Amino acid sequence: MSEEQDVVTVIQAPIYLKYNFTAGAAPARFLTQLKKGKLTGQCRDEPGAPVYIPPRGSCPATGKPTEKEVELSDKATVQSFTIVHIPIPGNAIQPPFIVANLVADGANISFIHLMSECVNEEVHIGQRVQAVWKPEAEWDYAMDNIKYFKPIDEPDVPPEQIGKLPVTGWEG
Amino acid sequence: MRDIAICAYQQTDIVSDAGAQNEVELIMPVLGRTFAQAGINNAQDVDFVCSGSCDYLQGAAFAFVLGVDALGAVPPIKESHVEMDAAWALYEAILKIRMGHANSALVYGFGKSSPGELPIVLSQQLDPYYLAPLWVDSISLAALQARLMLEQGLITERDMAEVVSRSRRNARNNPHAQLKGDISPEDVLAEETYVSPLRKSDCCPVSDGACAMIIATVDQAQAWGLPYAVISGIDHCIETHNLGMRDLTDSVSTRMAANHAGMNAGKVDVAELYAPFSHQELILTRALGLDAETQVNPSGGVLAGNLMMASGLSRIGEVFNRIVNGEAQRGIAHATSGPCLQHNLVAVLEKGENA
Repeated sequence: MSEEQDVVTVIQAPIYLKYNFTAGAAPARFLTQLKKGKLTGQCRDEPGAPVYIPPRGSCPATGKPTEKEVELSDKATVQSFTIVHIPIPGNAIQPPFIVANLVADGANISFIHLMSECVNEEVHIGQRVQAVWKPEAEWDYAMDNIKYFKPIDEPDVPPEQIGKLPVTGWEG
Repeated sequence: MRDIAICAYQQTDIVSDAGAQNEVELIMPVLGRTFAQAGINNAQDVDFVCSGSCDYLQGAAFAFVLGVDALGAVPPIKESHVEMDAAWALYEAILKIRMGHANSALVYGFGKSSPGELPIVLSQQLDPYYLAPLWVDSISLAALQARLMLEQGLITERDMAEVVSRSRRNARNNPHAQLKGDISPEDVLAEETYVSPLRKSDCCPVSDGACAMIIATVDQAQAWGLPYAVISGIDHCIETHNLGMRDLTDSVSTRMAANHAGMNAGKVDVAELYAPFSHQELILTRALGLDAETQVNPSGGVLAGNLMMASGLSRIGEVFNRIVNGEAQRGIAHATSGPCLQHNLVAVLEKGENA
C-alpha cells in the first residue's frame, strides 16, 4: 500500500430504534383531563402539599407519590419569559414570539407555554394571562390544546406572591 | 480500610411489562420499602446516592434524571449516576465510603426494557464504526459463543437445558421471579431452536423493574442496629470490545475480578451469577472454579427474569438476603455488562457479627 489514502473523517451510521413510550400513570391522569379541556395538577394527599403541573408521578421535594388531583384555573401569572427570534418547526406562530414560565392559579410550580395577542415589549413578570384554547373538536391528549396564553386585564401579581395564588384567582 | 456492610435490600417483582408506570413510579415504592427496612425517612438520611440506568432502554435522553424525583432531594443531596448496571453504582458508592467522603449510601437500579426491542437496542452498545452499524443483536452474539462451546465439546445442549431447568425450579421459591415452574431438561430440549443453537429458554426474558440497596460503614450499620452482611471484597475487570480477540469460551475477566476480590480466601456457600444465557452460567461456574459445595443461583438467576441495569445489583441483594436469613455464611455475587460477558464484577459477602 504505497499509495496515499484519503483520511476518513465521516462515516454514516444512522440509528433507528422503535419504542412504545409510556408517559406514566400520573401523567396519563393529567392527559386524560387535558383532553376534556381541564388543567389538573397533582399533590401528595396532605394539607398544604405543593401542587405540581405537569405531574410526573412524584412530589420531588419528598419523593412521595402525588395521589391527589387538583383542578386548576386556566388563568396564570408570568413567572419569567423570553422573546424568541427563531421559528418553531411545525408551529404556525411567527417570530419574534414569547415563551414564558407560567404558574396556573392553584399550582405551585410553573409550566412552559407560548404567549400571543400581546405586545412583546410590554410582557413582564407578574403579568396576568389566560389560556386561548383550540376548538373543542380538536382537543387531544396534548398541551397544545391551548394555542397560547394572552394577557388579561387584571392587576400584576407581586413577585413574592407568584406561585402562591389560590385556584379562585387574584383580586389584586 | 473501613469495612462496608449492606444493611437493606428491596426489589420489585420482575415483570414482562410494567404497563403504564413510568420510571419514577417504578422506583418510588421500592425506595420506600428500602428506607423502611433501614429505618430511615428518605435519601436525606444517607450521605451519598448513586443509581444505574440506561437511556437507550426507554428511548429518552437523561431519563435517569426523572429517577431523582423519587429521592426527596430537597434540600439538595450528593447524587451520582452510572450508565451501567447498578452493581457499578454500588462500586462507586463503596469508593466514596472508603475515601472517607461518606458513611452511608443509597444505591438503586432500574430498567424498563419492554418499550423497545431489547436485543436490537443492545446492538448499539457495540463499537460504533464496525459492529453497531451491522446491528448485531445480543442474542446472535451469545449464539456464536454457545456454538463455539458446543463445537469444541466443552458443553452439550443437555448441559444448557439442565441450567434452564434448575433456574426455573429454583425460581419457584423466588416471589419476584418472572419465569418459574417445574421444567425438566427434556422439556427444554423439546423446544425448537430460536437463534441456533439457542432455544428461547436458553435466553433471559425481557423484563421491567427496579431494586435498591443501602450500604454503610460497619460502625454505622451497628449504630442503626440492623442485621448486615460485610462486603469483604469487590473488583471488576473488562475485556476488549473486539470479540475476535477474546476467548469466548472462558471468562478471564470474571476470574481476575474474583481473585482480586478475595473469593478464594474461604468457602463459598452461595453464588449468584449474572448469566443472561444458559451456556454463560457454565462459563462463569468454570471460570470461578465453583464446585458442588456452592449453591449456584438459588434465586433462579436472570434466566428467571432480567432487570437490565438492576440485575447485577439484584445478584448482590440475593446473596445479602441469604446471609442475613442465616442460609449462608459467605457468598459471591457477579454482575456482567456488554456482549458475551465482556465486563464483569465480583463481590464477596460475609456474615456480619450481629447478623
